[in-house]
Amino acid sequence: MNFRRTRGVLLAYFLGAIFLIILWQAIALIMHKPIVPVPEKVFVRLLSVFAGDIAIHAIYSLWRIGAGLFLAVLIGYPLGCLMGYFQKADKYLAPLVYLTYPIPKIALLPILMLLAGVGELSKIIMIFLIIVFQVIVAVRDAIKAIPEETYYPMYSLGARFRQILPEVIFPASLPKFITAVRVAMATAISVLFFTETFGTQYGMGYYIMDAWLRVNYLDMYAGILVLSLIGLCLFGIIDMVEARACRWQK
Amino acid sequence: MSAINIEHLTVSYQKNQENLPVLSDVSLAVPAGTVCAIIGPSGCGKSTLLKVAAGLIKDYEGQVTVGGRPLDTRSMTIGFMPQSYGLLPWRTVAENIRLGRKVKGLWQETDEEKLKELASRLGLEGLLERFPHELSGGQQQRVSLARVFLLQPDILLMDEPFSALDAITREEMQDVFRELWQQESITTILVTHYVEEALYLGGQIAVMGVDGKISELLDNPAGDTPLHRSDERFFQLGRQLRQKLKPQQCGRGGEGL
Repeated sequence: MNFRRTRGVLLAYFLGAIFLIILWQAIALIMHKPIVPVPEKVFVRLLSVFAGDIAIHAIYSLWRIGAGLFLAVLIGYPLGCLMGYFQKADKYLAPLVYLTYPIPKIALLPILMLLAGVGELSKIIMIFLIIVFQVIVAVRDAIKAIPEETYYPMYSLGARFRQILPEVIFPASLPKFITAVRVAMATAISVLFFTETFGTQYGMGYYIMDAWLRVNYLDMYAGILVLSLIGLCLFGIIDMVEARACRWQK
Repeated sequence: MSAINIEHLTVSYQKNQENLPVLSDVSLAVPAGTVCAIIGPSGCGKSTLLKVAAGLIKDYEGQVTVGGRPLDTRSMTIGFMPQSYGLLPWRTVAENIRLGRKVKGLWQETDEEKLKELASRLGLEGLLERFPHELSGGQQQRVSLARVFLLQPDILLMDEPFSALDAITREEMQDVFRELWQQESITTILVTHYVEEALYLGGQIAVMGVDGKISELLDNPAGDTPLHRSDERFFQLGRQLRQKLKPQQCGRGGEGL
């Protein structure tokens, strides 16, 4: 049954992809301009330049997203837990989070680049900043939403905080945490693109902008395609993690 | 097996800077190895009493001792069955049953055998790898029972454990409980609003009123030698108990704390 469902989902995605390619083809034929090449030419170009050229850029982009995400979870999850479970921690930390949450992080990029340099660090910090707030707020709210009764059996057993953490707090906050990462990921990829147009010669952002400046539209489209596929893969991985970790949900 | 002693217990909660008493000066002694059923209308504070005994409410006046020692959830083993069964939705049935002993640090490999035996007696064999939401109310109830009986607690506290079940399942679960309980004879406080349940399971029956006091403490003649529910004497006892409950019924609603 599970296999069947997976096959159904894959088929639906395949049909969706076919539809989008047909739409693209139609637009390309109607416009008939070099800025919108037909899909076939882009796919052929992608195959010829991927291994030799694009792959290294894709790896750089993935590394930056991975590192930023890792840091955001490492710092955001414990902070969210603290604020969700201990009212005192929330009282003092919530104002800090709420005052800094609405600042458009991308606007801080110039300052970040001055402080952390134009290299890897500023890009990773940027992605970290975008994901970390979503994680903190989602985990905190998830823990606050746990009904008091859920803790009762643990409390009456005289459970300690280190026992309540893995039995109640982690699993209860996991679904909202994963959703937060998923939402933040889309923003993170856009921002990554932007940061990669500065101070680097690697990354999908650099590759796409460089192809554009060289008026090499086929390369540019191949780059856009790869960046989209990276996003799709990340979403797929998050979905798989969710399906495994949140099996208990209806 | 430990006796539960509650002396001069008073619990109140703050609302609009007013002190509203939920329980006032309640005393109750449950001898070791017996079941005390507390019966009373909604909002009389019977759930609050149970939460105090379970260590969930710590802000109270009076004394609560278990086996002569002051109540302490860490050094004692308390089996608490809340109204909602208290299962963790993210743990499988087997994990939920193990939870009590695991948290207490009592879990041993040999317990797996006991778990299997309990599960088969409760009709849970095929469900051990399922999650609680895949189970019916009656099945969740059985999981909760399996947990406390595997835990083998010093005392057992049950908050309207069978009230969410349909009539047939409820009677079935009462039988299951009786059967398991008779092997272990754990000192038990059972809160209920069903007259028949109190009569069928309680050796002692405490009647609580809306004023947050125990108005009467009865020894249940049907407690030691269980009468069948269709027995004429059981019916008579039920009628008497209902008479005693009547004056307590009017008053405020809601479940209180």
